[in-house]
Amino acid sequence: MHTKNNMLKVKNLHASIDDKEILKGINLEIKAGEVHAIMGPNGSGKSTLSSVIAGKEEFEMTEGEIIFEGTDLTQLAPEERAHKGIFLSFQYPVEIPGVSVTNFIKTAINSHRKSQGLGDMPANEMLKMIREKAEMLEIDRKFLSRSLNQGFSGGEKKRNEIFQMAMLNPKLAILDETDSGLDIDALKIVANGVNKLRNKGNAVLLITHYQRLLDYIVPDVVHVMVDGKIVKSGGKELAYELEERGYDWLKPEQV
Amino acid sequence: MSIKIIMELKDKLISSFLAFEAACDVDADIHLLRSQAIKEFEELGFPSKKEEAWKYTSLNSVLKPDYSVFPKKEDTIDYGDIKKYLVHNIDTYNLVFIDGIYSSHLSQTTHDKIDVCLLSAAMSKPKYKQVIDSYFNKAIPKVNGLTSLNTAFSKEGAYIHIHKNLVADKPIQIVNFATGNEAALMIQPRNLIVVDENAQVQIIERHQSLTDHPVLTNSVTEIFAGKHAVVDYYKIQNDRASASLIDSTFIEQKEESNCSMHTFSLGGKLTRNNLNFFQKGEHSDSTLKGITIIEDKQHVDHNTLVHHVSPNCESHQDYKGIFADNSTGVFNGKIVVDQEAQKINAFQSNNNILLDNKATINSKPQLEIFADDVKCSHGCTIGQLDEDSLFYLRSRGIPLKEARALLMYAFANNVLESVKIPEIKNRITHEIALKLGVSLGFDL
Repeated sequence: MHTKNNMLKVKNLHASIDDKEILKGINLEIKAGEVHAIMGPNGSGKSTLSSVIAGKEEFEMTEGEIIFEGTDLTQLAPEERAHKGIFLSFQYPVEIPGVSVTNFIKTAINSHRKSQGLGDMPANEMLKMIREKAEMLEIDRKFLSRSLNQGFSGGEKKRNEIFQMAMLNPKLAILDETDSGLDIDALKIVANGVNKLRNKGNAVLLITHYQRLLDYIVPDVVHVMVDGKIVKSGGKELAYELEERGYDWLKPEQV
Repeated sequence: MSIKIIMELKDKLISSFLAFEAACDVDADIHLLRSQAIKEFEELGFPSKKEEAWKYTSLNSVLKPDYSVFPKKEDTIDYGDIKKYLVHNIDTYNLVFIDGIYSSHLSQTTHDKIDVCLLSAAMSKPKYKQVIDSYFNKAIPKVNGLTSLNTAFSKEGAYIHIHKNLVADKPIQIVNFATGNEAALMIQPRNLIVVDENAQVQIIERHQSLTDHPVLTNSVTEIFAGKHAVVDYYKIQNDRASASLIDSTFIEQKEESNCSMHTFSLGGKLTRNNLNFFQKGEHSDSTLKGITIIEDKQHVDHNTLVHHVSPNCESHQDYKGIFADNSTGVFNGKIVVDQEAQKINAFQSNNNILLDNKATINSKPQLEIFADDVKCSHGCTIGQLDEDSLFYLRSRGIPLKEARALLMYAFANNVLESVKIPEIKNRITHEIALKLGVSLGFDL
């Protein structure tokens, strides 16, 4: 179905790494203002899907399209996709010693601005924004001068991902297993942060293994991915059904 | 053909020696020392690739030019032209040499409690004789062609003496400029640094050629750290692609002393750092760190020796290298632990990133351990920039070139972290950023 306000349209996406096909024909449409969740067993290709949308070059797109706000992303580098408004919150955020959280986010924001023909953000505006977003995510100020992700606990890393998301204010936020390794309190803070950032103009794609996150970030659509394909889509009740019944009842051949 | 060329420079040096020596005004003992040294050089000559320690570094092309081997009379340079090569946003003592000759108008010496002055003065004036007799040429346990050559021609360089219990009130910058007024110039600075019991000093050293005429520097530095002394030394090696440097540094440490050497090798045609630490007293600490970032056909060779003579000491070596294009690097790190040197902690690590297929690094740790209760470790890695990390940065909108630079900076970072003077740290970071071709976009 072609609708005017499709923010993301993935059509028959096939992707491989080292000649092994991981995505075997993904179809997905996300409209502005929506929250979609993708659940599925380990090895189903959920993280690969998020990496391919974000432009990770290790994966080869062998067939299909990814259209974001009317633009075909296929030839665009990861930084170009980021400039268009795509943000990927990593399952395993990378450590960058010697670069503080603050300096990192400054570099990221100014890179975005440069791509729009704007100059660097004025220092006081940047500082104000950093403080605001850090407060919203209950991140201690001392944290901001630490080296990015170095020595951070799992929960701290994930909160830092959402902090970056808050600072960069993307149109499409892909959250890859953001809930893994989080205790319930950390989960609530992260979910709260994501919910505060939501508006009619942006969208969220949640990749998750557990239904628990979806109690806090309530999805409009839940998709189930098995063996490189989306085998079922439904409302949020589908998540509960999966929790109860597991994934076995959804073998791809049966759909 | 190449052997003939090497002989030419060697011959030139030997035959110039007598005239040079006659023109020197130094103490009789020094004359003797120099005459002995030239004989040693005559016998040993320049090292060749046949020697194990020079296996990966050939001096052939560096020895080819027809170097002028005598410093001529002093040339003046405008401070404004060379200001950028000095760390000038802090107050320092400066020992500036132009083509091997002291420049009084660019320097700032002192005899107020500490001595920061010239080796030529120390070698000729009676009031320095005791220090010279006790220390000059005494840190070199085994001579080689290059150290003997330098000793034979030693005439000028830094003389620094920090007296007992004194902390040098300002860091000291030792800078050697080559003007390029000669078609090719060879200079041989000789530095003597004596830090008495409980004294402290920070030193920054740099060699800078101002033109593209070939320059060869054969430098020897001897450092004596007394009991409980602290010496922090920073070498900034970011010279033009026509300049080559062979540096031999010897540091002798007494008990409870703490000495660090940071070497930043970002430029030059061929750079060879022979760095030797001798821990001759208990509870002493040695830190050897380096960052090498080179490209094109540059070559940097770090040859280190840490000799643990006494028990209960520590040494840390951390050398990081980033190699682009056809550049080549060598790391040869030797740790010797004598039988009496029990309870030693000696760590060595050499990590390298190759940015291009044609870049090469040869890394060889050598451990000679004769004590049985020690902790020694060595590690070496050679790899590329991590793809996952690059993707992480790019996914935040940071373009590829800047992302690579950020990762390279992060890779080198823990060597930078131990730089104690913030202005020096910022200076090095700035030079690294320039070298990586990016503005790192933030203040550090």
